[in-house]
Amino acid sequence: MNIFDLIGPIMVGPSSSHTAGACRIGLVARKMLGEKPAEAQILLHGSFAATGKGHGTDRALVAGLLGMEPDDLRIPESFSEAEKEGLSFSFGTVKLDGAHPNSVLLRLTGENGGKLEMIGASVGGGKIEVREINGLKLRFTAEYPTIIIQNHDNPGSIAWVSNLLADAGVNIATFQVTRNSRGREAIMVIECDSPVTEEMISAIRENPDIISAGKVNL
Amino acid sequence: MAVFDSVESLLKEAAASGEEMWEYVLRASSEEANISIDESWAKMSATLDAMLESYRSYDPEQRSASGLVGGDAQLMKEARDRGTTICGPFISSVIATALSVSECNACMHRIVAAPTAGSCGVLPAVLLPYAHGRKLGDDDLIKALYVASGFGAVIATRASISGAEAGCQAEVGSAAAMAAAALVYLHGGTPEQMANAVAMALKNMMGLVCDPVAGLVEVPCVKRNVAGAMNALSAADMALAGITSRIPPDEVIDAMKEVGAQLPPGLRETGQGGIAVSPTALRLFPEEGR
Repeated sequence: MNIFDLIGPIMVGPSSSHTAGACRIGLVARKMLGEKPAEAQILLHGSFAATGKGHGTDRALVAGLLGMEPDDLRIPESFSEAEKEGLSFSFGTVKLDGAHPNSVLLRLTGENGGKLEMIGASVGGGKIEVREINGLKLRFTAEYPTIIIQNHDNPGSIAWVSNLLADAGVNIATFQVTRNSRGREAIMVIECDSPVTEEMISAIRENPDIISAGKVNL
Repeated sequence: MAVFDSVESLLKEAAASGEEMWEYVLRASSEEANISIDESWAKMSATLDAMLESYRSYDPEQRSASGLVGGDAQLMKEARDRGTTICGPFISSVIATALSVSECNACMHRIVAAPTAGSCGVLPAVLLPYAHGRKLGDDDLIKALYVASGFGAVIATRASISGAEAGCQAEVGSAAAMAAAALVYLHGGTPEQMANAVAMALKNMMGLVCDPVAGLVEVPCVKRNVAGAMNALSAADMALAGITSRIPPDEVIDAMKEVGAQLPPGLRETGQGGIAVSPTALRLFPEEGR
């Protein structure tokens, strides 16, 4: 129990789930993309679609994509900030099967051409969960230093990564592996107890079975 | 059992430590979060600053996205300043502060969720006028926030602080309980009196539904913050007078959770029950009609 969840967070209103949480989803997506987003398709689901406008969910999501934290006073004006930053965005609604009522599907293209498709859910009190990346289901909060790895589904990939982390003295808190079908692409999500450095990520990338690796921490 | 699992263990552990309640909450929560006492204090100090700023940022002309919220705090301040209110200047300031901060939240200002954004007006509503009248400093208010967060942590652990889970009793009700404990502390009460104030404040909001018009944190949320603040004041004064809750606080918190679970979904932040489906609400927001 973090007492700053009781007296806090400091945030731009009006809703911890629909405003602060939405901003954090945008922020985590930007961090996972690993570059400035240039284009964003934002598809709202459930309560986000129904009451999002009145809660500033739309502006908060764009603010997060621009790198703003939930207490950033520019959130209400994020649309004009996006214009200055060269981010073009569009909104729509979507029905996602079995998704949390406060969910959004983001399709991002970065300024260097990187792509990310992510489903994020705002699960209450400003807390969020990433629920899907590039069509693969998973679940993490980004509150821990988190490593996200896409890899070819070949033997030894997991051992490679866990050995590197062990050598670096990083303790693994949780470890998820998911894939669409055997021998194709898989995703590893690793939540760690201590900070992950850029050097560790570079070392992870050296294995030819690793397609991409990145880290995120809110 | 961890410290914040029950009011009983919170009181027992605080007493065993020989520390004041605020000091104990500060130390125990810092240990749990693995941060230093100084880091925690600095963060709470910044949080208090944000709370004060959320009050100062009020603009009588501001209006919420739907246009339903704005201007009411100004009307209350004017009535207070005319000296025509039934409740007198202190209580009128409490009402005006609850409205100010809650209106600022609805109008996308920066606020401190306490414990939630929808209930962010309750704690500042009682703390700011109290501190102003007695010339208390920031340190006293920071200590009061630690007291509030300690009891709030128990409520969040045992029950809920989410309107979607347990209705408004879990949001404004929890805020009122936290505010009552903080007031008892500031007024020189004992930890037992804080616990009794928590129990009485929660009992008096038991069953309060979450029925926001059009699903927005506007109506009735803004004015419910006033009710929460008034409830906190009366609960604190009762406790300080030596009145006790006949039902222990942990049992009250457990009952609140149970009541929340029994609330139909339409009364848990879905905008599908209570005043959210009143004829006027449906006329104002036909697209939200069900």
